[in-house]
Amino acid sequence: MELEAAKAIGAGIATIALAGVGIGLGNIFGSFLNGALRNPSAAPKVFGNLLLGFALTEAVALFALVIAFIILFVL
Amino acid sequence: MAHSPLEQFEINPIAPINIGGVDATFTNSSLMMVIVVALVTLFLTGGMRKSAMVPGRWQTMVELAYEFVAGMVKENVGNEGKPYFPFIFTLFMFILGANLLGMIPYSFTVTSHIIVTFALAAVVFLGVTFIGFIKHGLGFLKLFVPGGAPLWLLPLIVPIEVLSYLTRPISLSVRLFANMLAGHLMMKVFAGFIVSLGSIGIAGYFGAVLPFAFNIFMTGLEILVAFLQAYVFAILTCIYLNDAMHPSH
Repeated sequence: MELEAAKAIGAGIATIALAGVGIGLGNIFGSFLNGALRNPSAAPKVFGNLLLGFALTEAVALFALVIAFIILFVL
Repeated sequence: MAHSPLEQFEINPIAPINIGGVDATFTNSSLMMVIVVALVTLFLTGGMRKSAMVPGRWQTMVELAYEFVAGMVKENVGNEGKPYFPFIFTLFMFILGANLLGMIPYSFTVTSHIIVTFALAAVVFLGVTFIGFIKHGLGFLKLFVPGGAPLWLLPLIVPIEVLSYLTRPISLSVRLFANMLAGHLMMKVFAGFIVSLGSIGIAGYFGAVLPFAFNIFMTGLEILVAFLQAYVFAILTCIYLNDAMHPSH
């Protein structure tokens, strides 16, 4: 196989990580809404944790992006 | 495509400086860092110049930033964290300033380069490790032995804990760098869609409205991310510092 084609396929495969991140993000916001609708007065207290969890999970998606970039431009 | 979306991250030398064979050229990245530090200093000292009992608008903003970070340190590290508050506040304001100034078109995002964020993360990692060893001596190693774990599991748990400790600077720096890189890249890619759609004629103009609207939305999201990443970096520094202060968890 040509190297360029292999690189493109590899970079595409690296984005499979987004499946897990999608599940994770949906879980975070779904759980937050679940809890917030049950007990709206407690929602503002966990909003900071929500954003922290969102940022930490989103970072995993970006690690996949970095791997894709390494495959495309560095290797 | 005339312009690559990666073009915005190019580093251009402004004034070549060479100290004993070490390339210390003043680049657009260094210029941006100087501007960030100057603006943050101006913001803080200018706001507190009068330091009135009843704060004005500017002073309120400065106090808000101060109390935000002070509350974060107090909540996560406790009262022993007070001596380290200036460091965490500096870190937070620098990253926030760099992220926000990078949002201005034609400016340069300092934090979109891994070497910059890795330097920040390495300072945090080394500092926290030294603080832990100075405060607790070899007792700091208790951090790697979770309390209450059965003895036969320890050969498995300790290497995992050590490994997760050693990857902290990498995850801390890559998180900030990748967030800024991905956000700016995405905006440039959609800006490219607007240009190429606009060049195909009148039908393209109507099509170009969609990426344009998306780019406006992305700008808002990126400002949120700029703040969020500075917050995450600072709060993780607090959590690591707390680990160093109270290693036996």
